[in-house]
Amino acid sequence: MKVRVHVSLKNGVLDPQGRAIHHALEGMGFAGIEDVRAGRLIELDVADSVTDEALDDMCRKLLANQVIENYRIEKVA
Amino acid sequence: MGFAAAVITFPGSNCDRDMAVAIEAITGGTVHRVWHGDAVLPERLDFIALPGGFSYGDYLRSGAMAARSPIMQAVVAEAARGVAVLGVCNGFQVLTEAGLLPGALLRNAGQRFVCRDVALTVGTSQSLFTSGWFKDQRITVPVAHHDGNYYADAATLDRLEGEDRVAFRYAEPVNGSQRNIAGVLNEAGNVLGMMPHPERMIEPAQGGSDGRVLFESVLRGLRVAA
Repeated sequence: MKVRVHVSLKNGVLDPQGRAIHHALEGMGFAGIEDVRAGRLIELDVADSVTDEALDDMCRKLLANQVIENYRIEKVA
Repeated sequence: MGFAAAVITFPGSNCDRDMAVAIEAITGGTVHRVWHGDAVLPERLDFIALPGGFSYGDYLRSGAMAARSPIMQAVVAEAARGVAVLGVCNGFQVLTEAGLLPGALLRNAGQRFVCRDVALTVGTSQSLFTSGWFKDQRITVPVAHHDGNYYADAATLDRLEGEDRVAFRYAEPVNGSQRNIAGVLNEAGNVLGMMPHPERMIEPAQGGSDGRVLFESVLRGLRVAA
């Protein structure tokens, strides 16, 4: 089973990387960009026996830091 | 009984020797060098230090992998028993990732790696680690980090300030940290995390010796307690 874990910074947490990307895009001439937030995508390939609870546990205990980040688990196939 | 300390080395730590030298030189104690993969710490430790560096290449998040290494379970257990634990720079990041200290350390607001001496003010003199200074005393200690931008939600920051747990603040703009926080204590006061490097400022040949006071404070505090 392919699983994608999307990790993003919580609202209100400053994202210097996103801001740098924002500035770079504007510097390249792209207009109309309101905001850029950079996150992280982690792709897992796990046995079908791995439960939703176990995936959630992986996110809470390692893949995301819930002080600053949110996560979303997406099962691809 | 002499002073017994442990310095933990993770893959990618690079201030572990400096830390060991500083502790040894200032306390005259025994310093055990402990590898991250070890499951147990030496017995009867007075002090545990998590050094600076780039453990696991800062993969995932700075300190995230190191915080889950085998030795950290032992460090968490010793911290719960009241053993003094100091995390400097990457060590601070590891302590927040391990849940021993609140908050997190984000990428510096200016996005640049900052490596220079900075002015700090001592946030409290009422702690094991800072008793040798006066509150609001200005000191100089070097920083060298990319992810030193301290973040916690407003309620946590209010609690840290209300409980006198801000050990150090930056006295100049450095990395965008909330409320200029450079170092915080845990609730019990036996765990300190800080981005600046006291172990790099222990004798005049290093440009100053303000960092000595931290280790002297711990040594004196533990002798009084014993």
